[in-house]
Amino acid sequence: MGDLRQAVIGPDVEHGVFTSKFESLLAWARKYSLFQYPFATACCGIELMATAGPHYDIARFGAEAPRFSPRQSDVLWVVGTISQRQGPALKRIYEQMAEPKWVISFGTCASCGGFYDNYTTIPGIDKIIPVDVYIPGCPPRPEAALDALMLLMEKIQNNDRSPSVVKPREVVHQLRAKAPKERR
Amino acid sequence: MTASVKVMKKPKRTIAEQSYVKEVGKGLGLTIGRFLKNTFTEDNDIVTYRYPEQKRTYPRRFRGIHRLTQREDGSPRCVACLCCSTACPAQCIHIEAGEYAEGDPRYGYERYPEVFVIDELRCIFCGYCVEACPCDAIRMDTGAHMPPSTSREDFLFDKEILLSLPAQDGTVLTANPRHEPGDASHPGIDREHGH
Repeated sequence: MGDLRQAVIGPDVEHGVFTSKFESLLAWARKYSLFQYPFATACCGIELMATAGPHYDIARFGAEAPRFSPRQSDVLWVVGTISQRQGPALKRIYEQMAEPKWVISFGTCASCGGFYDNYTTIPGIDKIIPVDVYIPGCPPRPEAALDALMLLMEKIQNNDRSPSVVKPREVVHQLRAKAPKERR
Repeated sequence: MTASVKVMKKPKRTIAEQSYVKEVGKGLGLTIGRFLKNTFTEDNDIVTYRYPEQKRTYPRRFRGIHRLTQREDGSPRCVACLCCSTACPAQCIHIEAGEYAEGDPRYGYERYPEVFVIDELRCIFCGYCVEACPCDAIRMDTGAHMPPSTSREDFLFDKEILLSLPAQDGTVLTANPRHEPGDASHPGIDREHGH
C-alpha cells in the first residue's frame, strides 16, 4: 500500500490532496497482476512448479495465473534449454504478446546456454528476444525465482523498459588491466 | 426366455438430507474454521515460507556461490593450477596464472591467480571445481543462492569478490591445514630443488 500512497498522495502533503503521476499508479497495478506465460522446456520447469507450490506460493506476489495464450500474458518465463529449432517458435510467441511485456530467463540454459556448448542449443535467449531478468542456477532455487520476480516488479515500478543488452565481454579485459602484475 | 431384471429400490432420504443444507454447512464450517485458525492463531498449519522476510536455512552441504579461501596472511590459497577450470563442464572459470616475485619464498614453488573470474550465470553449481581443487582453495559453502540480475555483467565474479565472500559460519579461511614454504612441515620441493 505504501506505493499506492506514494502514487495518489504525495509524501509531504496532508491527507485528501490528489497529486499523482498516473504512470506510477499504472505501474503499481501492473506489477501486482503479472499474468505469466510459462515456456517450460526442461528440468527448470519442476522448480517453477515448486515456486507455484504451497511452500513458496508465487500467488503471494499476484503472479500465479498462467495464461496459455501469449495475447493474455504479461511476463514470459523462458524456463529451460532452448534449441535452435525452438528459437523461431519462442520469438513468435514473444511477438504475439501484447505490450507491455517482460521476459524472465529462468536458469542457466535459457540465460546463456549453460554447459550445452554445441550447435543445437541457443547460447542464451537474449540472442533472439530481449531479456529483463536473468536467473542463474541449474536449476535455480524457488527463492531465486521469487528474487527475480521482485526484481522485475521493482523494474516495472520504476518504469524501466530497457531490455538488458548483451554487451561484449569487456569486463574481463577491464579486470585483466586491474590485476597487479606482481603480488607482494 | 426372459431377461432377469434387478429392481433397485429408491433410497429413502428425508427432506433435510435432500436439501444438502446440513452438508453444505459442514463443508463451509471446515473452510471457515481453517481460515480462522490459520489467520488468528500461532498454532496453524501454514507451510508457506514468507520468503523475503522468512528465509529457509539451506543445508550445510548446499552448493551456493563460490568463494576463494584465504591463507593466514590474506592471500589466496589458489595456486592457479587450472584443475577447476579443466574440470568445469560449463567452462565458466577463467584463470590467468602469475609468477611470484623472485626472492619470494613461494617463487618457483607455486603460482598465484592474476585473474580469476567465474561467470556465475554460466555455472551449473555441480561442485566439480571444489572436488578438483587440490588446495581447498575454492569452496561453495557460502550458504547463499546466486541472486538474479538484470544484466549479464553482474554475474562475472572476479578474484576480489570471490576472496571476500565468507563461508556459512563466517570464516574466510578453511580448516584444512596448509604447509607454507619455510615451515618445518613443508617438504621443500620446488621447481629448482626437485625430487
